[in-house]
Amino acid sequence: MRHGTIAILLTGATVLGGCSEGVLDPKGPVAAAERLIMLNSTGIMLAIVIPTILATLGTAYWFRASNTRARYMPDFDYSGRLELLVWSIPIMTVILVGGVTWIGAYDLDPPKPIAASEKPVRVQVVALDWKWLFIYPDQEIAAVNHLTIPVGAPIRFELTSSGVMNSFFVPQLGGQIYTMAGMVTRLYLKADHAGTYRGMSANYSGAGFSDMYFKVNAVPAEQFAQWVAATRTNGPRLDAQTYAALAKPSQAVAPSTYRAVAPDLFNDIVSDVGRIAQSGDPLCLAALPFQKVEK
Amino acid sequence: MNPLGKLSWSAVPFDQPIVMGASGVVILSIVVVLGWVMLKGYVPYLWNEWLTSVDHKRIGVMYIVLGLIMLLRGFADAIMMRAQQAVAAGGAQGYLPPEHFDQIFSAHGTIMIFFVAMPLVIGLMNFAVPLQLGIRDVAFPTLNSVSLWLTASGILLTNISLVVGEFARTGWVAYPPLSELKFSPGVGVDYYLWSLQISGVGTLLTGINFVTTILKTRAPGMGYMRMPVFCWTALASNLMIVAVFPILTATFAMLLLDRYLGFHFFTVDAGGNAMMYVNLFWMWGHPEVYILVLPAFGVYSEVSATFSGKPLFGYRSMVAATMVICVLSMMVWLHHFFTMGASASVNAIFGVASMIIGVPTGVKVFNWLFTMYGGRVRFSVPVLWTIGFMVTFVLGGLTGVLLAVPPVDWQVHNSLFLVAHFHHVIIPGVVFGAFAGYVYWFPKAFGFKLDERWGKATFWCWFIGFHVAFMPLYVVGLMGMTRRLQHYDVVSWQPWLVVAAVGVAIILAGVVCQIMQFVVSIRAREELRDVTGDPWDGRTLEWSTASPPPAWNFAFLPLVTDRDAYWVQKTRARARQGQPTQLHQYQPIEVPKNTSTGFVNAFFAVVTGFALIWHIWWMAALGAFGGFVTFLVFAFREEEEIEIPAETIARFDRVHPTRVAP
Repeated sequence: MRHGTIAILLTGATVLGGCSEGVLDPKGPVAAAERLIMLNSTGIMLAIVIPTILATLGTAYWFRASNTRARYMPDFDYSGRLELLVWSIPIMTVILVGGVTWIGAYDLDPPKPIAASEKPVRVQVVALDWKWLFIYPDQEIAAVNHLTIPVGAPIRFELTSSGVMNSFFVPQLGGQIYTMAGMVTRLYLKADHAGTYRGMSANYSGAGFSDMYFKVNAVPAEQFAQWVAATRTNGPRLDAQTYAALAKPSQAVAPSTYRAVAPDLFNDIVSDVGRIAQSGDPLCLAALPFQKVEK
Repeated sequence: MNPLGKLSWSAVPFDQPIVMGASGVVILSIVVVLGWVMLKGYVPYLWNEWLTSVDHKRIGVMYIVLGLIMLLRGFADAIMMRAQQAVAAGGAQGYLPPEHFDQIFSAHGTIMIFFVAMPLVIGLMNFAVPLQLGIRDVAFPTLNSVSLWLTASGILLTNISLVVGEFARTGWVAYPPLSELKFSPGVGVDYYLWSLQISGVGTLLTGINFVTTILKTRAPGMGYMRMPVFCWTALASNLMIVAVFPILTATFAMLLLDRYLGFHFFTVDAGGNAMMYVNLFWMWGHPEVYILVLPAFGVYSEVSATFSGKPLFGYRSMVAATMVICVLSMMVWLHHFFTMGASASVNAIFGVASMIIGVPTGVKVFNWLFTMYGGRVRFSVPVLWTIGFMVTFVLGGLTGVLLAVPPVDWQVHNSLFLVAHFHHVIIPGVVFGAFAGYVYWFPKAFGFKLDERWGKATFWCWFIGFHVAFMPLYVVGLMGMTRRLQHYDVVSWQPWLVVAAVGVAIILAGVVCQIMQFVVSIRAREELRDVTGDPWDGRTLEWSTASPPPAWNFAFLPLVTDRDAYWVQKTRARARQGQPTQLHQYQPIEVPKNTSTGFVNAFFAVVTGFALIWHIWWMAALGAFGGFVTFLVFAFREEEEIEIPAETIARFDRVHPTRVAP
C-alpha cells in the first residue's frame, strides 16, 4: 500500500501539475531547469528508496516469529561486507544528488543573467504591507499587484521590502527570493510563453498575507510596448507622497498603475528604510531630501 | 499608572466565541480534575510522591504526561487549521479570521516542537537512560525536577495566553521584523518569548544533567562501547542541547531587548539586521530537529533488537552514525533560507552538507533492516511503529534531500510541500518513536502492559491518517500553495485540502484509540500484569529489575561485562541452571530526598514570566526574588538524602523476584 501512495502522489502531482499552474508546469527557462533538477534528484533517490521500502517490508514479513522456514541467527550482528554496503549506498546516492546540487546552485543562481538576444527589462519590486509594487525604472512607470512582462526578454528584478520580510514567487517562471528591508536581492526570470501566471508572497508577513498575490501577464513584445504607452497616459504619479500613501498597510488591494515614477525612488526606499521605520510613519519619507534624485 | 501594567479586562477576549469556548473547556477540565483529586483526598499523595519527586522515573512519567496533554492541544489547533483551509477557497473566508488563524498556526508549531516533542523525548530519556546505564538516578536529581517544572512553567504561560491576551501571530519561528514591536505591538510575541526562555532554561539544565550522567555515572563495567544505543543517542541529543540551546536563549534575549528596551539587534532601522536572527534561530533550529529525532532513533534501535531477538546489527556503525549526525547537524542551518539571496557557493556548500546527513541516516535505516534479518520478529505494537517509521521516513528523507537542492528549494520553500516534508519526518521520526517508546517502556513504568488491540488500532489510524493528511499537501505545494494562508483564491487546491482534512479526522480516530488503549489497559491491568520485570524478553538492564522498579532501581549495581548486558546475564543464568546461586548481603541505600524546590521555583518563574509579559514590574521583581529565595533555601538544606534500610530492600526483592540473580 505504500507504493500505492507513492504512485498516487506521483500521478496526482503530474496530472495536476500538467493541467494547472504550479512548479511542474514551467513557462520559462528557469522554472524548466528547476523542474528538471527536481525530477532528476527524485529519480536518483527513488531508485534507492523504493527497494529499501520493499526490503524492509519483505525482511520483516519473512523473519516473522511464526515463520518456521526462516533461519534464526541470534548472533548475526556484524558483517564487514554489509557494513561497506550500507555506508556506500547512501554515499553514492549523495554524490550523485550532490553533483546535481552543486552544478544547479551555480547555473541557476538567482542573480545570474539569463543569456538572450533581447535586452533585459528591469523591474524593481517593493513588498509593502500587504501588496506588491512593481517599478519599471527604464519605462518610468509603476504597477501595483500586477506585473506585465514581455515574452522572450529576460526580466531583471531588484527586490526589497518596506518593512516586513516577504518572498517574491512566480512558480511557473522560477524560484522565489526574499524581499528584505534595507537590502536588495536580485533575480532573473524569463517567460517563454504568453499567458497569465500566478505570483504571490511566499513568506508569511502578517494579517493581509493571504491576499498578497498578483497576476503576471506575459505578453508579446509589441503588446508590452502598447501597455507601457497606455500606462503612461493615465493614473497618478508615484513620488514620495504617493508612495507614502501606498505604503500604509492595506489588504486585498486592487491592481492599479502609475503613469510616472520619481527617479531613484527605489534606491530611496532601500536606503531610507531606517529613517522611515524609526519615526514609525511612512509619511516622513515626504520630508526627505529628494533633491539628490535630480542629478 | 495601572499597577497591573498593560493588563486589564480587555485582555480577555470575551467577544470571540471560539476562543472563549476553548478556554472554557480547558478551565473546566482543570477544575474537574483538581476537584476530583481533592475530593478523593489524593493531594498529599500527589504532592509527596509525584510533584516533589526527584526520582528520574517519576520525572520521566510526568514529562510524558505533559507532552501527551499538550499533544491534544496542538492537535486541536491542527484540526482547526485543516478545517479552515478545507473551506476557505475562492471568495470564502472560512470561520477563522486572520488574527485568530495566525495565532493558531503559530501556537501549533510552538507547542508541537517545544511542548510535545521535547517533553516526550526528554521524558523517555529520563525514564530509561539511568535504568539502562544500571544506576540509581541521574547526576543531579533536584536539578532534574527543576528542569521539569520550568518546562511546565513555559507550557502554563503559553496556555494562559489563550485566555489572557493573545499568542504570537508570527509563525512559530517569530522572524523579525514581523516580531518586532513595530509590527507586533501586542503581548503575543512576549508570551512566545518568555514561555520559551523559561522552558529553554529547563531544557538546557536537562542537557547538562544527562551529559554528566552518561559520561560520569555508568554502572561498573559499562564502557562506552557497551552502552545501549538509546543511551548513545541520548548523549548525542543532550550534547546538542548544551551546544545550541544557549544560542536560542541569546537570540530570544536580543529580540526581548529590542522589544523591551529599544535595542536594534533585528529592527529594520538603526543598523539592525533581521537576517541575523534568521541565521541564529536556525543554528539552534536545525540541531533541534536531531535533538528530537536521535533519541527516537534510539528507541527504534532498542525495539528492533528486542523484538527480533537479536543484537542490534552494526552497533559501531550506529554509534558512529549517531555522532556524525550530532556534529554535522550543527553545520547545515543555512538550508532553511536558501531564498535569502546568498551566493551560489554558500548555497552549494550548505546544500551538499545537508545531504551528507542523509548518509548516516541511511546507514541507520539499513542497520535496522539487517537487525530484523535473521531474527524472529514479533509484531507487537512497538514493532509496528518501528516498521511504519522506516517505510515512511525514507520518503520524508527523500523530500528532505530535495529541499536541500537549492534550485528545488527556491521552488517549494515556504510552500505546503515544505510543510508536508517536515511533518513527514517529524511525525514518523519523533511521534512514532515516542509512541513506540511509550508502549515499550509502559510495563516497566507501571507494572502492566498496554492493550495490544487498541494499540494496533492506534497505529493503523495514525499511519493511514498521516498519509491521507500529508500526501495531498505535497501536491498543493507543487501547485504553488504557500503555507500559512488563511484563505486562498485558487479553487483547484480545495479538493486536496479537503482530503487532508479527512486525513486529520483519521488521525483523530488514532488519538481516540490511544486514549481507549490507556483506559482499557488500566481496567484490565490484572490480566496485563508483568510479574517478571521482563515482559518483552529484553536485552538491556532496565528489564533486569522489577516492574515498576523500586526507588533505588537496583538492589545491587549490575556488573556489566558485555553489550546487551541483561541478555548476556540471562544466557549465563540458563547455562548454570541447577547450580546454587550465591547469597547477597543487602546494604542500605541512600536515595535523594524529595524536594519542593522545583515546584516552588516554577511557581515563581510563572509569576515572573507573566509579570514581564504584561509589564507589571513590581510583580516581576517579586517573582525573581522568590525564585532566588527558593534557591537559597535549597542551598542551605540540612539533609539531601534518605537512607533506605537493608531490610526494606531485601523484602522488596523477596516479593519481586527477577528472573536472573545479579
